[in-house]
Amino acid sequence: MAENQFFVDSARLSQAALERKHRIEQDPSCRCNHMEYMEGMEQISSDVMEKVLSEMKAYDYNSYTAQDVKRALDSDRCTIEDFKALLSPAAAPYLEEMAAKAKIETSKHFGNTVYIFTPLYIANYCENYCIYCGFNCYNDITRKKLNMEEIRHEMQIIADSGIEEILMLTGESRAKSDVKYIGEACKLASEYFRNVGLEIYPVNSDEYRYLHECGADYITVFQETYDSDKYETLHLMGHKRIFPYRFEAQERALMGGMRGVGFSALLGLSDFRKDALATALHVYYLQRKYPHAEFSLSCPRLRPIVNNDKITPLDVHEKELCQILCAYRIFLPFAGITVSSREQKHFRDGIVKIAATKVSAGVSTGIGDHEDKYQGKDAKDAGDEQFEISDDRSFDEMYQDISAEGLQPVLNDYVYV
Amino acid sequence: MKKDTFTLGGKEFSSRFILGSGKYSLELIKAAVENAGAEIITLAVRRTNTKDTENILDYIPDNVTLLPNTSGARDAKEAVRIARMSRELGCGDFVKVEIMQDSKYLLPENYETIKATQILADEGFIVLPYMYPDLNVARELQRAGAAAVMPLASPIGSNKGLATKDFIQILIDEIDLPIIVDAGIGRPSQACEAMEMGAAAIMSNTAIATARDIPAMAGAFKQAIEAGRAAYLSGLGRVLERGASASDPLTGFLRD
Repeated sequence: MAENQFFVDSARLSQAALERKHRIEQDPSCRCNHMEYMEGMEQISSDVMEKVLSEMKAYDYNSYTAQDVKRALDSDRCTIEDFKALLSPAAAPYLEEMAAKAKIETSKHFGNTVYIFTPLYIANYCENYCIYCGFNCYNDITRKKLNMEEIRHEMQIIADSGIEEILMLTGESRAKSDVKYIGEACKLASEYFRNVGLEIYPVNSDEYRYLHECGADYITVFQETYDSDKYETLHLMGHKRIFPYRFEAQERALMGGMRGVGFSALLGLSDFRKDALATALHVYYLQRKYPHAEFSLSCPRLRPIVNNDKITPLDVHEKELCQILCAYRIFLPFAGITVSSREQKHFRDGIVKIAATKVSAGVSTGIGDHEDKYQGKDAKDAGDEQFEISDDRSFDEMYQDISAEGLQPVLNDYVYV
Repeated sequence: MKKDTFTLGGKEFSSRFILGSGKYSLELIKAAVENAGAEIITLAVRRTNTKDTENILDYIPDNVTLLPNTSGARDAKEAVRIARMSRELGCGDFVKVEIMQDSKYLLPENYETIKATQILADEGFIVLPYMYPDLNVARELQRAGAAAVMPLASPIGSNKGLATKDFIQILIDEIDLPIIVDAGIGRPSQACEAMEMGAAAIMSNTAIATARDIPAMAGAFKQAIEAGRAAYLSGLGRVLERGASASDPLTGFLRD
């Protein structure tokens, strides 16, 4: 299988820094053990990771046949085996049937509604070297961390556009964007928005509890890939390198009192069928353990980043992505499915009619540039973006487009209690 | 002929069709209410908790009674808070208590529902608890001050109809409160069947929200509910479970 070429050397790095970067890239022995918790990382007692990884390891998707797929489509309930069949290559010719079944399941649980939200990046400092990410510490980009005044300014502009649900993000730097800082941002966000979610570095359960008390109620953490060996080759440095601590983030968030948790693999990094299986099973097993919680899935594909416009999602084309989303919907009919602006308009317009229940609008993945993007004013010192987006529709445009499809856009279906 | 009505919290209703308002376009709500002839419409407090854009309250006709629900509550405490919020928002004293601790099937938590019903009834709310059909729980709800009991027919959104039929019948027979069948009613014939059993009313949302023609489906439900009610009032004829009856009576040998 073709691979992306992720390594980019900045001319601004010193000779010593470059040497260190190359050593980390080329010599696995100088990287820390990615399966060992670092100091300060909470270890919880949970068998969910073991269950998910053993199922994933045993998954031989080429062993499934058209018969298995038909049985899964004819069944009232979707077992793990049925789900594996729906994710397999044997299901490709049945994409239309899968979409029809997924559409029914979506409408049973969500009716005709589609939720709209927007992400707000408040800082892009990062301590990690994740080779595919625009924020990685070796990537030469403009870094920025908004202060509370700037955050308020951004929120005001976003809230004025009509949006009521926000997802706040940071780069993964505990040193630059500590929990207190994020907590203060959550308090501000609660003034402007009905629903506040976070996508930040994984923290301990007591810190999730603090953030919940500050007004956040949803935590999204992308595992990127569930193949721990592959994970090791992509996350070369920093706390994000610790695979199990990241895997258990959602469970710690629920222990900390959060209402809901989001999951995802970044498709294109590894074997997408195995990653899709593991993502859904991660939800499946946690739902059995925490039945009261709300669950959602995302399905990002790799995108080009600043300084590397060649990155692609490899073999995950739109058809494969659609197959994954239909399989997710049939297996986990109750889960929210978010399709971000990494995907183009035609795909997002189509998939909300089948399986997706939430889309972003008015998106910027840069730092402090909403005035620029929403009102055409020049943002002087904005921070660079995490990745390039493919759908730049504003909130108003998205609202109108969803309505025109006969669907009901929903800005808020949430109450903080 | 005597007018056929039922009473909730001292208020009389002649329509026995309670319409849900979630899951579909707001402009269709008005048409659905009209075609359904509905006098009560539910709405999620969490959906009203929104800014001016598309405020659901604007789409509900004035002569219709609002039945706010506490969806999103995971225990009694949260349900009570949401109910109080609803009162502050001007949604009136009616409240449908919905407490779920399961995001997959959205089955109600009966124990917490009893607790919330007690607290809210004491505060003067007209409480309609959504519950899993259990006779003992229904009795507790009645003691706690519920104005009606709303047992589920099958899981929300499942369109599976009267999966809990026998247990709902027990509630209808034993509880001196209106029994309003809620959740899982997928088609008008199922609504009709529940009304034939003696249910006081039917609550439906998904079946209408996902119909191709929403107002027309609302009208179909209205007719089915009225037909079922009329059948119940007329007294259903004898239905033989199997075979024909013996022409010679079994007790024909008795002489005096």
